[in-house]
Amino acid sequence: MSQEPHDLVAAYALDALDNHERAAFERHLDECEQCRAQLEELQGATVALAYAEGAEPPPELRERILAAARSENGKVVQFPRRRWLFPATAAAAAAAAFVAIGVGLWANSLSRDLDRERSANAGYARALQLLGGGAEVTRLADAEGRLLVAPDGEAALVVCGLQPAPEEKTYEAWVIEGKTPRPAGLFRGGRGCPPVLLEKKVRPGTQVAVTLERKGGATRPTGPILVRSEAV
Amino acid sequence: MAELSLEFGAVSRTVERETVTSQAAQLSDEALLAAVARSDEAALAELYDRFGRIAYGLALRVLRDSALAEDAVQDAFLNVWRSAERFEAGRAKASTWVLTFVHRRAVDLVRREERRRTEPEEAAPEPAAPGADEDVERRSKRDVVQGALRRLPPEQREAIELAYYGGYTQSELAERLGEPLGTIKSRMFTGLQRLRAVLDEAGFEAAAP
Repeated sequence: MSQEPHDLVAAYALDALDNHERAAFERHLDECEQCRAQLEELQGATVALAYAEGAEPPPELRERILAAARSENGKVVQFPRRRWLFPATAAAAAAAAFVAIGVGLWANSLSRDLDRERSANAGYARALQLLGGGAEVTRLADAEGRLLVAPDGEAALVVCGLQPAPEEKTYEAWVIEGKTPRPAGLFRGGRGCPPVLLEKKVRPGTQVAVTLERKGGATRPTGPILVRSEAV
Repeated sequence: MAELSLEFGAVSRTVERETVTSQAAQLSDEALLAAVARSDEAALAELYDRFGRIAYGLALRVLRDSALAEDAVQDAFLNVWRSAERFEAGRAKASTWVLTFVHRRAVDLVRREERRRTEPEEAAPEPAAPGADEDVERRSKRDVVQGALRRLPPEQREAIELAYYGGYTQSELAERLGEPLGTIKSRMFTGLQRLRAVLDEAGFEAAAP
């Protein structure tokens, strides 16, 4: 079963690669002019396939999209995002957590801010327990990381590369049920992929989002959505 | 740190808003995307008006569920909103770019839902009923594409339809059709090339409407 990268251009144009193959092919694409030219040609056909259909969307979809775009207020806040060379799988997050626990325990004995370290470690430990207990792992839409949801709804959000929140601000997690966002905890962000234990259960059909809010948090989100999970 | 928070406010205040709906309608698809990149909401609305129907029809065909199809379209347009500045007019057409987002999102969702695995493949998608308001140009585009698909050898058409509308990966296709992966790859490749040739011959242009 040969997997010559050049062979994959048609499958890529049709979105018939799995995530792993897709990422590998995109890296190849950056370097292969021939494949880029070929892709452009084949995409002329795949995009036409979209036109074989056509159906009237519900009228409210338009306003919903515009409202969501408005609430994000464009691309106001761009956080540098750490790019993983492979998909940030739960395993990778868990491995990062293991290392962090080791370092964290050591730092603990030195840190003047013992409580904070402890709560960070508790977060890592609990996230690992959730994983071990068969938590469902959901991807994030706007950042590297994952949402872990235990069968009983307990959840941890693992976000990578969120800069520490500015002094008078805090990140706030939200569990969005239907259209209602409910506060699910405050956190500071920081290097790596620190897990945040959510204070609200995450039920099927809900989404988790993160905004930047005034210190102390808000009861309704006021800032643009920075991170969003796919629907659980 | 105080500086940083000031910056958040400053940037959001200086986001330019060109609410010029009437002008947006005059722009090419590519110019429209450039306006979206400048956070022009009217441009996003116009882009949706041009591609929303095709996007939704496509997502519905792949997902076979109207709520999921709406999600896919919404996610895709928000993705366009966030990343329009990365669009390079020289490298791709705006229609390709936008519809690729939609298709990829729909495929990601259908794979996660494992929806298609529980339904017989032959289950016809909800037919795109030609609405009374559907204009001739749009209908003729659909006819051209459907006609071009019918002109493909059946095994090429099958591979392309299962991949594109069914969301199957090439490996799943190989397994499902009981063919070596290499065969599937070449069916997809040859089929797409032929499709492109037929469409070019028919003068098909993937652009709004």
